[in-house]
Formats: sequence, structure tokens, C-alpha cells
Amino acid sequence: MAVVHITNETFEKEVMQAEGKVLVDFWASWCGPCRMLGPVIDQLGSELTDVKVCKIDVDANQDLAAKYKVETIPTLVVFEGGKEVKRSVGVQPKPAILAMLK
Amino acid sequence: MTEKQIMTDVLIVGAGTAGLTAAVYAARAGKSVKLVEQYLQGGQIINASHVENFPGFESIAGFEFAEALYNQAIKMGAEIVYDKVTGLQDYGSHKGVQTEYGGELLAKAVILATGARVRPLGLENEDRFIGSGVSYCATCDGAFFKDKNVAVVGGGNTALDDALVLSFTSKKVYLIHRSDTFSGEKRLLEKLQEHDNVVFILDSEVTAINGSERLESLGIRNKVSGEEQTLDVDAVFIAIGHVPDNKAFASLVELDAYGYIKTDENCATSCPGIYAAGDGRVKKVRQLTTAAADGTEAALAACDYIDLL
Repeated sequence: MAVVHITNETFEKEVMQAEGKVLVDFWASWCGPCRMLGPVIDQLGSELTDVKVCKIDVDANQDLAAKYKVETIPTLVVFEGGKEVKRSVGVQPKPAILAMLK
Repeated sequence: MTEKQIMTDVLIVGAGTAGLTAAVYAARAGKSVKLVEQYLQGGQIINASHVENFPGFESIAGFEFAEALYNQAIKMGAEIVYDKVTGLQDYGSHKGVQTEYGGELLAKAVILATGARVRPLGLENEDRFIGSGVSYCATCDGAFFKDKNVAVVGGGNTALDDALVLSFTSKKVYLIHRSDTFSGEKRLLEKLQEHDNVVFILDSEVTAINGSERLESLGIRNKVSGEEQTLDVDAVFIAIGHVPDNKAFASLVELDAYGYIKTDENCATSCPGIYAAGDGRVKKVRQLTTAAADGTEAALAACDYIDLL
């Protein structure tokens, strides 16, 4: 599955109403570590079959960043059944992200 | 053969500037190259707001430099594996690299380009408040504290650069430094002194990180007068240097008293077929240019070694 880019408008349908687990990467184009995390998120997007992998640009979608109290990016949030079930702040190694999704 | 038994020519531990440069050189020499990176490709330079001392680039953002170098290495055919290296074995004709999740990876030659990681203050609450006011990267997190009061700890280039980046967006920037002289570049310091919202707190150290849910204030002690104060800030950016990360290799390659890998001038370690490149080896200057130079030396030495096997 390719990585899905989420906006304020599509969040409800793509994340809250999605079936199974959804990994959301809060990022911004000016944030070096976020951009460097990009290849890892892309790798996860193409490797994982049971998790939907999404990205939210916090600059373009400030409402979502504020709603989920994202202060530091990258922040990764796992949603399941419309609820936040796990969160990690800052750069995470790929195995740690996989562990979050177990 | 299972996947882990496939032999790579050159296995590089760490995908920072040294490791990625080594990957470019080894791949261009026709070797198969595997990079093993425990965090993110790019290394420390991704935290630098601007790089203005790499030949050929008047100014380039650190992550843009890293991104371009990474893309270059991948385009040349290098493969990246995200895993943590936990040990190293010498089997004579080849080496074994133990990883936390991917088992043992085999290679004809190994380049240790593990670099260094940020040094924490080592205070209570420091870990707990990462992402809640404690940060090691002003370029990454500074914008979240727009019009707020923030502090930077340190006196080197990273600290001065952090304070400068923050001075454009934050209300007040307190620069806390244990000495009254700076090891960072004079040019950066002068730029910083032009900003009215930067307050220098010199000869001082941070003694406490306070808060209940998130960072609320710092305890500061003046080392000369002994005077203590509490500084209300929304964020603290810690930039007090780096420490090497070579414990996993200590049984095989010789380290110095500080944990840096000893090498000869061609980046060869005490173990034949294992090389060290970049900030993680014993050397005087640790810069982007020297990391790239080390990567070059180590890769070509490793290629020569493999050709003579």
C-alpha cells in the first residue's frame, strides 16, 4: 500500500473510519528529521499489508496538529477504530515503529 | 541460502556523511554495499540549519545535504537496512555483523561509521520531557515555540547555531553556557550578539529540569558566584556535544579511553578488514569534510583489501 497523504478534510474518512490500524506521521517539509524519516515511512508503506500508512503535513493542516497536541515533529500516532492507541515523539528507528504496530 | 547468509562485499555500519560517502565510493568501485542504520540515514548533519563550510556549497541546509548524499548512494546501488548492530565477529576470510532484528549479516569487509550521538545533560526529567519542552534539535522543534521563551545550553557551534535559529521566532532566547568564552565560531557569536532578544547566561550550569506534565522551568547555578536562579522557559535545547557509540565493537577493535576507534591514517582498525570512518574514530577535527574524507579513505582501503582476499 502506498502512503496516503491526509488533510483536515480527509482525516475523518481516511483515519477515523478506517478499518484496522492506521499509522500517522505528523511531519513538515522544513523539518530535516521528518524528511529523513520519509524513506522509512515509504518502506513501511510498501511493506505493510495490514496497516494503513498516512502522512499529515502540520503546516497545511494546523487544526489536526493542534487537536492532537503535536508539539514536536516527527510525531507518529497509531489509530485504531477512530481512537489513538499509541504515540511516539521524535525520530524512531524502524524496528521501534514496527513494535508500536504490534 | 537464507537471506542473512548472502555475503555483502562492503557492509557499512552507520549511514551518516562518512558511511554514505563510503557507500558511494565502494559502489562505484563495483562492490555490493549494504548500509546498516539504527535510526535514520543522514547522521548528525541533518540537525544543522545551514552548512556553510562544505567545499562547493556556499550554503545548504543540513538535511538537504544529507538527503542528496543518501539519494546518491542509493542510486549507485547501495542498499539500506534499518537495524541496530549489536556485535561484530571476525571469521578470518569474512566478518559477521550481529543485528538486533535481522540476525547476522556477513561481509568481506566492514566499515564502522557509527559517528557520535548527542550528549544528554543527565538530569532528572530530561528523558521524560523529550517532546514536551526538552529538545536536542532547534531546527526541528524551534518553530513550535514561536513567541515563547526558550533556552539553549552549550557553547559550541551547534549551540550558537541553535540560539540564532531560535532568535528569529522565539520571544526570548537564553543561552546558558558553563564558561564565559565560546568554542563556537566567532562569526556565529557576532551574529548572535546583534539580536536583542538573546540573553547570555555565562559561567552557569543547568542544575534542574522542572515541571509536572511538561517543562516549566530550569534551575540555573552561576559557577563563579554560586548564585542560583529559576528560569521560566517553555523549551530547552541541549547542545553540549556528543559521545561515541562503539561499545559493540570493543572486543574486536581497539578503542581509546573515550570510546573512539583507533585507526591508522588509512582508516584501518586493529582488525584486518575492519575500517572506521567519521566522528567515531580517534581524530582531531570532526567536520563534514573530514567525515567525507574518511568515508573515501575507508571505502578504497576496504576495496583494496577485498581485491587481495
